[in-house]
Amino acid sequence: MNFDDTPEEAAYRTAARTFIEAHKGAFLGSDLAGFDAVRRWQAVRHAGGWGCLQWPKAYGGQGASAVQALIYSQEEEAAGISLLSVANAITIGMAAATIMQCGTQAQKERHLPRIARGEEIWCQLFSEPSAGSDLAGIRTRAVRDGDDWVVSGQKVWTSFAHYADFAILITRTDPAAPKHAGLTYFLLDMTSPGMTVKPIRQASGGSDFNEVFLEAVRIPDSNRVGEVGDGWRVALTTLMNERAAIGSIFPTNFDDAWRLAAQTPLGDRPAIEAGGVLQLLADWYVWRQGLKNFSLRLQSALSQGRMPGPEASIGKLMLGARRQLYLFELLDLLDIGGAALASGEDGDIHFSFLRVIGNRLEGGTDEILRNIIGERVLGLPPEPRVDKALPFNEVPSG
Amino acid sequence: MRFDFTEDQESLRGEARRFLASHCGRETVRAVLDSDEPYSRELWAEMGRLGWTGVALPEAFGGSGAGYLELCVLAEEMGRVLAPTPFSSSIYLAAELILREGDDAQTTDWLPRLAAGTAIGTLALAEGPGAADWGLARTRATPLGGGHYALTGVKQPVPDGLAADVAIVSARLSGELGLFLVDLHQPEVTRHPEPGLDESRPLGRLSFSGARCARLGSAGRAALDAALDRAAVLFAFEQIGGAEAALSMAVGHARQRFAFGRAIGSFQAIKHKLADMYAELELARSNAYFAAWALASGDAVLGEAAACARLSASRAYFDCAKECVQVHGGMGFTWEADPHLHYRRATLLNAVIGGQARWREVLVSRLQQKDASAREGTP
Ligand SMILES: Cc1cc2nc3c(=O)[nH]c(=O)nc-3n(C[C@H](O)[C@H](O)[C@H](O)COP(=O)(O)OP(=O)(O)OC[C@H]3O[C@@H](n4cnc5c(N)ncnc54)[C@H](O)[C@@H]3O)c2cc1C
Repeated sequence: MNFDDTPEEAAYRTAARTFIEAHKGAFLGSDLAGFDAVRRWQAVRHAGGWGCLQWPKAYGGQGASAVQALIYSQEEEAAGISLLSVANAITIGMAAATIMQCGTQAQKERHLPRIARGEEIWCQLFSEPSAGSDLAGIRTRAVRDGDDWVVSGQKVWTSFAHYADFAILITRTDPAAPKHAGLTYFLLDMTSPGMTVKPIRQASGGSDFNEVFLEAVRIPDSNRVGEVGDGWRVALTTLMNERAAIGSIFPTNFDDAWRLAAQTPLGDRPAIEAGGVLQLLADWYVWRQGLKNFSLRLQSALSQGRMPGPEASIGKLMLGARRQLYLFELLDLLDIGGAALASGEDGDIHFSFLRVIGNRLEGGTDEILRNIIGERVLGLPPEPRVDKALPFNEVPSG
Repeated sequence: MRFDFTEDQESLRGEARRFLASHCGRETVRAVLDSDEPYSRELWAEMGRLGWTGVALPEAFGGSGAGYLELCVLAEEMGRVLAPTPFSSSIYLAAELILREGDDAQTTDWLPRLAAGTAIGTLALAEGPGAADWGLARTRATPLGGGHYALTGVKQPVPDGLAADVAIVSARLSGELGLFLVDLHQPEVTRHPEPGLDESRPLGRLSFSGARCARLGSAGRAALDAALDRAAVLFAFEQIGGAEAALSMAVGHARQRFAFGRAIGSFQAIKHKLADMYAELELARSNAYFAAWALASGDAVLGEAAACARLSASRAYFDCAKECVQVHGGMGFTWEADPHLHYRRATLLNAVIGGQARWREVLVSRLQQKDASAREGTP
């Protein structure tokens, strides 16, 4: 066991830091509007030889190891520039990862190099109004018509669909088959006729996610991933990658808590000197370190060639509910002032406090992640299922 | 022993609920949330007309003299519908303080207007983030002679600071904490909106640059603590109302939303979550009832009971609100759906009159005093 950099890793770290320092200036503080900065940063990384580190060189990657990729992302985070790469997680960590693992040769050659150069942004058209946790319950229909498929239906909660050039999409091709057997997976050009994207306002204020309507949208059969009816297997590949990709991208807010506790009064002393606050900070720190070290172990397993497994769910599960409670306790310490929105760096607290609502839901809710850990990691018997064996069009829907 | 409200009080509840169902729907809350309006003027006017604002104030001042229990009933119903009015600031806090501590001129000047809802009051305590001891206020009062004072300092955030006509402001007068009654319509008072987590109940920042004011009777630290105890009981009822609304919204959704071929409420993860919310709420309700009795009967146990009611209601409301959001899935994270309104309101109500960190200290110090006096054998 060794947590130190080897001499080669240390040299790699220095090179990554040099690259990031040389280029970050134009990107510090940029936002996600239009995803312009996301695209440009990806292009800069690519041109400098630091993009898509673990991909094969043939597709625009660098053939680097998982440990090297980890070192690079640690350096981005330390430099305060990780937002743009994190925002590209759906494109790189989910869409490209699925294409790499399940796509045809032509699909890989068509999309991966462009993704690497920052020329394509992708979104995930999975959830629907009546199917989120129960993703295999989707109803968007795809019907074969010559060399094309004609797709109609509605997707919802689609993050960044308003910026995306392409989408990964699951559809129902056989409503009479059991729900998991009637699904087919596609790559979709978001500029196709028949697509409408409508922003949804979030509880946290912004509008990063959307409703997406598909009306007789034509998709060439060459954009299908996997066999007809085998979409669930491909979708699971995406979901596994999603949990690994977003498991550790949310902030832990410990630094905010530490700073505020030192500068906020409680009674006649700084809050940090009160017993309860001390315990909160200690718990928060231990939790933060646990997550960090867990993520290092996970990366180390990946670097030895293992696929991201269901245990990757732990990271996201732990980052949501617990942090929501801690943040509430921190706001509580601000007393009446906790109800007013802070500005400047303290503003992160309020943003996180609202955004964490979504963190507990996106990419698998807390409850679903616990089911996954219970059933697929611990091997507990699954809940009895009333829906699995029935033809999809006979499943009770309320 | 009767650990419940009377029939008359329950029929007041019924009336209040019917009235609010027709006059304070989600559009009313959202109209304030989505605009710069500091409160719903229509709803406020109606509450005045119905006599709610005066329910616990003496008839001599235009109230109906009914009492605190009636006020508790109304608070719970207003909390349930997230009523966007300055009721709590004006009635639980300002009117109460003026009634208890004001001199004749102050009571006759302000109480009839507060009772009728034609004037709005508030209490301005905070000076930025943190649960600093109230005695450490930096705002200062300087005697001008003739019972007048000049007030200098900044209070932020102040609930209903934009809506209020009059504020009771804590300030230091030669080292001691005093409460001062300030007419906010004067050039030496400037007000700014303070962006808040719950914009259906806007906050303000009040700056005083030598504002002319009078001392509220001889009120100081003890009067403030007693007023906060009484208000804590009323806020607890408001929080319980909100918590129950959030719980019932969650239960409704869990019954009707299907996943995996069954109602999500049939999954134990959801069923147990809802059961836990209910249990937490019922403890809070019980603590609030006990505190309401102490408040109405003037029992000395109020200090302890009010702190218990406040802590328990603050916890229950936040628990119910955050899990109500969670049970709603993706819809819970939309602006359009109502669960986040409770998430915001629960956080606001947790903060007004001080957070749990402050109230925990209050509670424990009262328990220690009780212990000490028991040991000394004093009653
Ligand atoms: C910020 C954000 C971004 C998102 N981005 C995307 C995106 O880009 N693309 C996309 O396709 N989707 C996206 N989603 C959708 C997300 O994946 C779903 O919201 C999530 O899977 C929950 O589904 P639902 O909203 O239908 O809720 P439901 O599935 O209806 O869940 C409601 C409640 O029931 C519980 N529940 C459901 N089934 C069970 C069970 N078996 N056992 C116990 N409890 C259960 C849930 O945990 C939840 O509490 C996003 C969501 C959010 C909040």
